[in-house]
Amino acid sequence: MNDGPAIKLDAATVPRLKPHVRLQFNEARKRWVVQAPERVLMPDEIAVTVLQRCDGAATIASIAAGLARDFDAPADVVQGDVIEMLQDLAEKGIIDDVRA
Amino acid sequence: MSAPDSTKIDPITIDPPMALLAEVTHRCPLQCPYCSNPLELDRVRNELDTESWQRVLDEAAQLGMLQVHFSGGEPLVRRDLETLVRHATKAGLYTNLITSAVQLDEKRLAGLVAAGLEHVQISFQDVDDASGDRVANYRDAQRLKREAARRVGAAGLPLTVNAVVHRQNLERLPAMIDAAVELGARRLEVAHVQYYGWALANRAALLPTREQLDAATATVEAARERLRGRLVIDYVVPDYHAALPKACMSGWGRRFMNISPSGKALPCHAAETLPGFDFPSVRDGSLADIWHKSDAFNRFRGTQWMAEPCRSCDRREIDWGGCRCQAFALTGDAAATDPVCFKATRRGKLAAAVEATRAAPPSFIYRRMGGTAEAQAALQPDEIGAED
Repeated sequence: MNDGPAIKLDAATVPRLKPHVRLQFNEARKRWVVQAPERVLMPDEIAVTVLQRCDGAATIASIAAGLARDFDAPADVVQGDVIEMLQDLAEKGIIDDVRA
Repeated sequence: MSAPDSTKIDPITIDPPMALLAEVTHRCPLQCPYCSNPLELDRVRNELDTESWQRVLDEAAQLGMLQVHFSGGEPLVRRDLETLVRHATKAGLYTNLITSAVQLDEKRLAGLVAAGLEHVQISFQDVDDASGDRVANYRDAQRLKREAARRVGAAGLPLTVNAVVHRQNLERLPAMIDAAVELGARRLEVAHVQYYGWALANRAALLPTREQLDAATATVEAARERLRGRLVIDYVVPDYHAALPKACMSGWGRRFMNISPSGKALPCHAAETLPGFDFPSVRDGSLADIWHKSDAFNRFRGTQWMAEPCRSCDRREIDWGGCRCQAFALTGDAAATDPVCFKATRRGKLAAAVEATRAAPPSFIYRRMGGTAEAQAALQPDEIGAED
């Protein structure tokens, strides 16, 4: 589960929520939450949009291209932002790369 | 945010709690002297039954709680644990088992996985089996724990290793970190003992020296760097050596509700040590009423209850005044500034405890139903209700 080298994300990474990490809508709070072992994250709207697209099939490049299209933003900037956000989540044990 | 009345408690604005700490039993096969359970352990005849826990879990989810941590004592002692995990899962809660794991055999684990368990945290007393088994007062405990940890990984569940550290095992911290990696842990808690309950009675046997603490902190920082992306390391420091208090429970009545085996709702698991409280029981009222309206949860909520130096302190909404149980244990006043804080005036007992780390450690008082009197004796006359 944690073998191999430290995770380093790039455009070709295929990100997914790790097993037993859940993106869940909480009715009582009317917001999305990320449930992980002994940890809860409260992602903002943008992070929720990104995480919903981390389906274990799409690369970061294609996720970023889709976001750039949907939100009318420059693709290279979006891709940089997505990598930065997901790298942080990978180091927190929330995200991994299905190819790893 | 400088006017004191800006922090007035308004029940409508209290956020829902994040997590339920379900102490389903105080029974435990181990006898670790660092246990933070109360000296007066709940007996099995007083434990909440299955139905009551199921109602508590439903109410927890309705109230907006996200996670439930099944703890104790040893939760596996309860034969209905699988039923409770299944119920919690169905209610939408994220379930976590905090266990000594010596009883976590193939069959129990399979039942828990089928019930929807998401995560397991296993405590380890040492990497040296003889030392670890001496702390737990249980023969073969460390070997059984390693086997259980591997079983958890094989079942595909994420594992947290909780390495409980103190003056008698800190020298082996580097090996404990290696062992967590080797066991396939996704997360490691390096948890210095916190001094509540049995641990307070055993403080002189457990509190590390400043030098030991500094070495441990350096070890953890280096390991975090080396293992970045492979193992998340959370570090809980022994705050007796600190100058700033911890935000105990992230603030009183802000994030957590603890339910004791007999059904008392507590803002933290040590709260029953505080005098002058009538802690509400889940047998008598709903979790929502307890959370929003009870005197127990409102007493130290927010900042309005604070006196100086907390009241005007810039950090009052960072540390929330520190820990109420520690304030009471070390000053005799539950509303005092946590004596860890450099601004606190009543720091005498804390300083004496730190000074005492220069002496050889006494023998352990083991945590067991019959050991209460011995532990209480160890606390007197210094820690019970005395002012310095």
